Formats: sequence, C-alpha cells, structure tokens
Amino acid sequence: MYALEALNVSKTYINHKALDDVSIQVADQSIFGLLGPNGAGKTTLIRIINQISVMDEGKILLNGKKIKPSDTSLIGYLPEERGLYKKMKVGEQAVYLAQLKGLKRNDATRELKKWFEKFEIGGWWNKKVEELSKGMQQKVQFIATVMHHPKLLIFDEPFSGFDPINVNLLKQEILNLRDEGATVIFSTHNMASVEELCDNIALINKSKVILSGEISEVKEKYKPNIYKIDYKPLGEISLDNTKFEIVSTETFKGINSSKIRLLNGSDSTDLIDKMNSQCEIKSFNEILPSINDIFISEVEGTDISARY
Amino acid sequence: MNKIFLIIQREYLSRVRKKSFIIMTILGPVLMAAMVILPAFLADWSEATQKNVAVLDETGWYYEKFKDQDNISFYHVHNDLETDKEKALYEKGDLLLYIPKTELNIPVYAELFSTKQAGLNLTSYIKSVMKTEAENKKLLASGIDPKVIKSSKVNINLSTIRVEEGGVEKKSNTEVEVGLAIFAGLMIYFFIFMFGAQVLKGVMEEKQNRIVEVILASVKPFQLMMGKIVGIALVGLTQFLLWIVLTGVFLGIFQSGIFGGNTDALSMFSSQSQIANTATPVNGADPFAMVTEIITSINFKTMIFSFLFYFLGGYLLFASLFAAIGGAVDHDADTQQFMFPVSIPLIFSVALSGLIINQPDSNLSVFLSMFPLTSPVIMMIRIPFGVPIWQLATSMSLLIVGFVISTWMAGKIYRTGILMYGQKVNYAIMWKWLRH
Repeated sequence: MYALEALNVSKTYINHKALDDVSIQVADQSIFGLLGPNGAGKTTLIRIINQISVMDEGKILLNGKKIKPSDTSLIGYLPEERGLYKKMKVGEQAVYLAQLKGLKRNDATRELKKWFEKFEIGGWWNKKVEELSKGMQQKVQFIATVMHHPKLLIFDEPFSGFDPINVNLLKQEILNLRDEGATVIFSTHNMASVEELCDNIALINKSKVILSGEISEVKEKYKPNIYKIDYKPLGEISLDNTKFEIVSTETFKGINSSKIRLLNGSDSTDLIDKMNSQCEIKSFNEILPSINDIFISEVEGTDISARY
Repeated sequence: MNKIFLIIQREYLSRVRKKSFIIMTILGPVLMAAMVILPAFLADWSEATQKNVAVLDETGWYYEKFKDQDNISFYHVHNDLETDKEKALYEKGDLLLYIPKTELNIPVYAELFSTKQAGLNLTSYIKSVMKTEAENKKLLASGIDPKVIKSSKVNINLSTIRVEEGGVEKKSNTEVEVGLAIFAGLMIYFFIFMFGAQVLKGVMEEKQNRIVEVILASVKPFQLMMGKIVGIALVGLTQFLLWIVLTGVFLGIFQSGIFGGNTDALSMFSSQSQIANTATPVNGADPFAMVTEIITSINFKTMIFSFLFYFLGGYLLFASLFAAIGGAVDHDADTQQFMFPVSIPLIFSVALSGLIINQPDSNLSVFLSMFPLTSPVIMMIRIPFGVPIWQLATSMSLLIVGFVISTWMAGKIYRTGILMYGQKVNYAIMWKWLRH
C-alpha cells in the first residue's frame, strides 16, 4: 500500500520542462528521501503534490485514490523558503494556519498548547513572530506544519537553520511522527540525514528520476566491489592482478590498510584466502558507497568506482 | 468557502486592531469636525472675553460711529497718545484705537494698540465702520446723499431651480454642489488608493516573507487574493462608517454646547457674518438658511449609497489590479513601473474634475462616468448635479463587469506570479501568464 504515488507526472513552464515523466511511490509509514541538485524539479513535484501547482500530465494518488482539493488537510508541508506573518502573534498565527488546514479553533488551540509544552516554548504564545530568532521561528513553523496530524508530511530542507541540538530534536520528532502513522517525504541536500532517516529515496536530476529504491538496495547496486583490509604484513603481498586490483595501501603503526577491488567475478572468499596466506588480517570490510557519493556520481555522470 | 472566510477574518482583524487604524479612525472625524468647528470656535474664543476699546480720535470723525457690540465696548479718550496708551493698555488692560490727525481731506488711517491679539471680529468691525463713514463723507463731498446709495443697493440671490422629470422642482445651488462633488470625488480617490495600497502591500508582504507557499498549500491562490481584497474592503467600510458616526457624535457634542452658551457652529457663522456686515447689512434671505435648505434638498441617501457602491466597485477593480502587481514583482522598487499606468485613470479623473464640474452633462463627462476605470471618481462628481437614473444604472453595471474582468485577469497573473521569484517581470511576461 502506497501512501502516495506520483505517476508519470510532467510539467512544463513557459520556457522549460520542470518535470519529465516523473514517478515516485512512497510506502505507507515510511520516510522517503527526495534528492536532487538545485533546479532539478523537486520543488515543482512537491508543489504539485500540495496542489499549489497544476501538472500538465500524469496523476497523483493519495492512499490509492486520485488526489482532490479537500485532501490538502491531510498533508502537512514545510517549504524550503519559509516565513510567517511577522507582525502576528505566534499562538494566533499557528492556530490560524491550523484552521486553514481544517482544524476547529478550539482543537487547534488545544493541540498547539501540547506542542508548546513539548518544545518548552510556552512563553512564546503572545510574542510577535518578529521578536523571535530565526531558529525559534523555524520551530514554530515546524509545529504549524504537523499540528493538524497530517497523514502525509512533506519537509523541504527541514534542518537548515537549526543548531545540532534542535536538529536532533527534530529528527526524533520526525521519527515519532512516522511511528505514529504518518508518512514522510523529505527533500534535502544533507545526505547524512538521508542515510540516517530514510527508508527509500528517489534521485531527480534534470527533470527526471534517475534512481530510486530502498536505500540498502541502492547502495548494493552502486557498490564498487572494493574491500578494505587491515593487516600486519608478513612479506610482500602478491595478488593475481587479473582477479584483484590494489587500489591503495596506507601504512600506519605497522598496520597496512589496503583497498582492493575484485575483478572478473572473483569474490570476497577468494580474497580472504589469498590474503590470509600472506598476512595477518586484522579486519575485513566491504566498502559501500555513501548516498553522497552515489548522488555526486549520478548527477555528474562519473563512474562511482573512480572515487576510491 | 469556510477558508476564504478565515482569510477575510484574519485580514480584517489584523488591520482593525492596529494602532494606526484606531488613530486614523478617531483622527479622521476629529479633523473633519475641526474643519467645521475650529474656525468658528477660535473666533468665538478670542471674542468671548470682553474687550474695551479706548478711542482717541484726533480727527473727530469717527468716535461717535463706534457702537458697542456683543463683547466689545467703546469709550472715548481725549488726552495725547502716550498718556492714553499708558492708561488704556497698562492700567485698565484695554485696547486703544488711535486715529491720528491728517492733512488729507478724509482720514483713512488708524492704529490699534493692544497687549493681546486684537481678534478678527474687532478689526473687521473697525474697518467696516471707518470705511462706511469715509465713503459717506466722500459721497457727501461730491453732493450725493449716502442714503440714496444705500437704498439703491441690492443683493442678488439667484436660486437655480432644476425641473426634474415629472415636474418636481428642486432648488439647487451650484456652490454647494461643487463643494460636495469635489469632496465626494476626492474621497473616492483617496479611499481607493489608501486601501488599494494596503492590498498591494499585503500581497507583497506574503510573497516576500514566503508565507504564501504555506498558505497556498491550504487554499487556492484565488481564495487568498479575494480573501485579502474583501477583508481590506471591510476595513475600509468600517472606517468609513465609523467616520460618519463619529463625525456626527463630535458635531453633536459641540452643538449640545459643551463649549458653553448658545454657541453652535451655524449660529456662530451667521453672527460672525452679521458683525462683518453691520455697516452694510445684507438684504433678503439669510444665507445660512439657504445653505441648509440646499443641503437638505440633495438626496443624501443617494449620495451615501452611490458613494458606498462606487467605493466598493472602484476599490475591487483597482485592488485586484494592485494584487496582481504585488503578486508579480519581488521588490518594492519594481512596483513603481506597474503602479503608474494603473493609477493614471484615477489621477486623470481627479485632474479632470474641474472640467466635469463645469459641464456635468457633456458627452465627455457622461462617457467618463460610464468607463469603469474612471467612473468611480467621475460619477461621484456628477451625482450632486443630478444624474439620470439610466446613466447611473449603466455606469454601475459596467463597473460590475469591469471588476469581474479585472479580478479574473488579476487572478491569473497573481496565481503564477506569487510563486515566481527572481524573475524580472515585464508586460510581455505578464501577458504570457495571462494566457497560460
């Protein structure tokens, strides 16, 4: 069951194609990372899901049904470029935004009080937004995004502008929301947080999805077949260079650390056998590419193994 | 529908609660009431204290002619200037009127000494007495009896009476109508600009601080735009109604005599003009009675209804255009190039008001009062002079058509522009958005 499906979505602006036959599928109660360089079309896709922009072709399904205008109340959206009414009081403003999402005034007030307690910001209620620091405003905005209990949450660069402590607080909240039943789409350039949080990703570049899937699958697909072996050498290491390629070797305090690529269908047991006879192995690890590396090599069109 | 109501509510409340709104709401009527009351009040205030004027008349021509007035009494002194000045000004605290001897046949020079401001009533009274007397003397010198001149003086009161369809006669007076016409036209102009500018500012604020994307994830762009326009219109109406009520209250307070005695504004005006005219009293009708009659003859219900209609219609038309501009541009500085052409019809209307007033029924006037971009101001100028009902109906219908079209166009430009950042917008681009 997918919480959200975007199927063959295309969108053309006056002078350029922003989305070209883009499809993504977001599993229910998962965290989905939407990646891509600036200008790739992520924001356009997010706006179409939020029904802010209209797509030219394709369809959006929410819980398997075609999305309709009233579904905006089921979605919480935190845009990348965000702001609040500067002259409006914090509490009043958050209640207003929740009301626009269909919450009753009383429910909104009650819900907001809960969040204010949770984030320990009760004293902000009657402050004007312009009196708050940027980070504080972001917190308010985060609350305003989630307080109507949306089934689908869309965060565009949610961590920008937060200090590390609040980034952790937010990460924890995002995981909590997912555990409570929400589905999260989140768009970011912060690859570390993608690896930490996301179950699935899609990489959009130049208006097209060029890569998508579960994170572990993606990593498996892009792995360079390189193993990192730390060992105490007993003599010169000699390997069959039709089967193995020593990419690099470093020595530190008498321990060598080599990166060795498997060639022509050889496997890791072969490598261990060969090495074990020539040295004392301290550790043996497969090098998996980081999402960051995959992102860069895909966007730049370079070979990922060239990065090691 | 519920959401647009929420937007209207926010736009309305956030403005009505502002200090500037409250200040404007109170200040407006105070200023308006002050325009009516203050001149009379000040005049009264300076005249309210009893003034005694010592008259040192070396010519002997005038002193008997000064008669005691409401708060002014005259007495005669015969010493020299220095002594009498000392006595009158410093011992008694009075004023001294000194008419020096002159070699001329008829003395026309005098000096009024006082320690405080002498007051307009007193000076104009002295002047008028001396003027009449000197003129009389001159007439006598040329062998003409001033009484003949006086009896031959007439004052023409020309009442223009417009015969309406069905033979109803209405007394009208061009001056009052001109005043009303200019006032109504300027008010419409002022209201449209003031509240139209608030729409522009509000839209730009939302775009610049980026909250617009959050709001648009909940409502349609058209709902947001209309919610803002309607909310601000309600602010305008509230202000207008409060102004009417408060002006009435202030004038009422004043008339009920909080400032003492029987000094209501109108009687003060007339007493003032009577003082000034004592020497040459006006024959015929009291001008104030006439003004009152004319004011009551103008149909104020029509005036207020049309004012509200043309304010709303004109405002909706221009506010939607302003909203489109606000949605299209990124920076305040960029608004100028678009504001100018949009404002031209309004400025043009006000600039033409003189022409319209001179010929309220000319083809140009009729055309401009039909054309939706100029009709709000021009029609308000024409209404005090009487406008056939079919013209009014046509003009109003055209205005409705006008703002439906402009709102539709504005909605299209706004919808695209509001999420567009960093693009230098020009008319060609707006045209593309419009057709997109």
